[in-house]
Amino acid sequence: MAVAAALALAPRLRVAPRDPAAETEALLGVAGWAAQFTPGVALEFPDGVLLEVSGSLKLFGGLESFLERVRRELGEMGWTAAFAGAPTPRAAFWLAWAGKQKFIGESAELEPVLAELPVEVLRCKDETLAAFEAIGVRTLGELRSLPREGVARRFGQEPLTGLDRALGLLPDPRNFFVLPARFGAAIGFPAEVTQAEALLFAARRLIVQLAGFLAARSGGVQRFVLRLGHRDKAATEIAIGLVAPSRDAEHFTLLLRERLSNFALSGPVREISLQAGDVVPLPGSNLGLLLEQGKPPGQWEHLIERLRSRLGTGAVHGLSSHAEHRPERAIAITEPGSRQLHPDFGERPFWLLERPKPLAEVGAAPHYQGPLELLAGPERIESGWWDGGDVARDYFVARTQNEALVWIYREWRGAGGWYLHGVFA
Amino acid sequence: MAGMPFSFAALLDRPDIWRGDSLSRAGTPAIPCGFPGLDAELPGGGWPAGALTEILPAHEGIGELRLLGPALAGLSQRGLRLAWIAPPHLPYAPALAAAGIDIANLVIVRTASSKETLWATEQALVSNACGAVLAWPRGAKYAELRRLQIAAEGGRAPAFLFRGQEAAGESSPAALRIALDTSDGGLAVHVLKRRGAPLAQPILLPAMPPAVRSKNHHVDRHPAAPAAARDFSARLVHA
Repeated sequence: MAVAAALALAPRLRVAPRDPAAETEALLGVAGWAAQFTPGVALEFPDGVLLEVSGSLKLFGGLESFLERVRRELGEMGWTAAFAGAPTPRAAFWLAWAGKQKFIGESAELEPVLAELPVEVLRCKDETLAAFEAIGVRTLGELRSLPREGVARRFGQEPLTGLDRALGLLPDPRNFFVLPARFGAAIGFPAEVTQAEALLFAARRLIVQLAGFLAARSGGVQRFVLRLGHRDKAATEIAIGLVAPSRDAEHFTLLLRERLSNFALSGPVREISLQAGDVVPLPGSNLGLLLEQGKPPGQWEHLIERLRSRLGTGAVHGLSSHAEHRPERAIAITEPGSRQLHPDFGERPFWLLERPKPLAEVGAAPHYQGPLELLAGPERIESGWWDGGDVARDYFVARTQNEALVWIYREWRGAGGWYLHGVFA
Repeated sequence: MAGMPFSFAALLDRPDIWRGDSLSRAGTPAIPCGFPGLDAELPGGGWPAGALTEILPAHEGIGELRLLGPALAGLSQRGLRLAWIAPPHLPYAPALAAAGIDIANLVIVRTASSKETLWATEQALVSNACGAVLAWPRGAKYAELRRLQIAAEGGRAPAFLFRGQEAAGESSPAALRIALDTSDGGLAVHVLKRRGAPLAQPILLPAMPPAVRSKNHHVDRHPAAPAAARDFSARLVHA
């Protein structure tokens, strides 16, 4: 139908030109995602993806549950698809293309089903189709019932070869799709997007595709980048880092949601793309033989990533201790979970004040919430002349009037005086 | 109903039923707290797992962390992670290591607001990825604590909330509420609320750092505990 005619019938129709490059890109993306189900993925340009699944169906729990999963994930990526299955790839593609959602297991059943298909599935030239119509051939069955020599002479060998391949009479080798080393996929918006929530919705489609790609590679990523393309500004990059490699689409979505929830968009977004490189091998996980009671233990790394995505990377950390006499330097901020040595110190408080607090002095005795009673000490710590952090302190354990135990010191350098440095909580 | 054996005792043995006059028994998962005197008074014999425990010290520094020391040491040595959310000061790694806590299993979370503290605590509990969650919320409301209690349920982690003692007067959904006070140089543990009958008498624990305790003999102590500590029990009657 011509665009003008269509607009006359439906004036509010929105017309978009076909974009062959984008269609190919999308098809390659779907193929990359589909490679998680089988190594045998072939492309049928411009709109078909063929999967050799007879070897994988058992793994995915049979045809029904396999189809359900494929349909659901395709839906999450924003695609709708017609499915069909047959012993030969061409027959499967024709059935799907003709919209017949049939699954044929035996070659013998193929012929009557194919015979009903319209000749358009052959995808031959328009003149040929017109000629078929002129001689009253509408279905493949009618075409096949004509004498072969006559058909070959009039329409060329091509329709007959196609039919023979579909029926499995001729071999039909395919080049299998080879996964790229890096993942990259993009979505362009028909209208500019200004809300983070809408971005997340679109990004979710790309994340499902990424998860399929990673499953096909038996790997995971530790970092992925969401690029927001603007009209007249440089693209905004949102990098999501993970503590451990993962390919969990739900987890990726959650991290991105936390990040986008407090992200100020610098301008309307025209398109988004998701990129991930450095795929590292990630073994599958085994389920326990016996089901454990209660909530399953969560993944520690996931918790850290979730906290960091909202609070910032520096807000979540581990601790380590060093063989160093100055108390404030005997401790360091590390990545959570770092292994370390435990040097032996004397009595130390559970809490260390990040900045020693000067104490009032009444008659040469330190006061903190009233006069302090010295219980143990002094422990002389004099160290650090070589790095400029020179200290000379006498540490005491002291008791406050509230019977709290605190760790205080008398400074011998500089202005001197008493300081509160820790609390024995 | 003839022929159908029915035993009232069997009914009462169900783990999800507890009688008001006794502690709830088997079925309550708990982490032994390492002080036999206290374990005996806690339902399940320790800190309740998958539930909130509120710790309300009279003052900072009277032994509120030492009370958790043995439990935290045991959990961390089993490789379980301990999340410390919005602690008031820097947890001092050498002291924690000396108390037997494997500091490789610590994670410290710093927050900028009480809203973030509650959010991070909830995330840590929901994830069920921690051996214990310690949090220092400021001014949490009942509804917010209720959220945390629900997040903790079904998990394996005990959740410790450290709050000021002024919170003792407010109602709380926590499974266990403990007020701490000092008494004769030791720690007096008042069980304000537990799953079972309330406990009138405080439990006295010798919670002092060892080095200080040995020195303690040589130091003159004030003869009487401060007045504030003594009328503490009276203040808690309505809690």
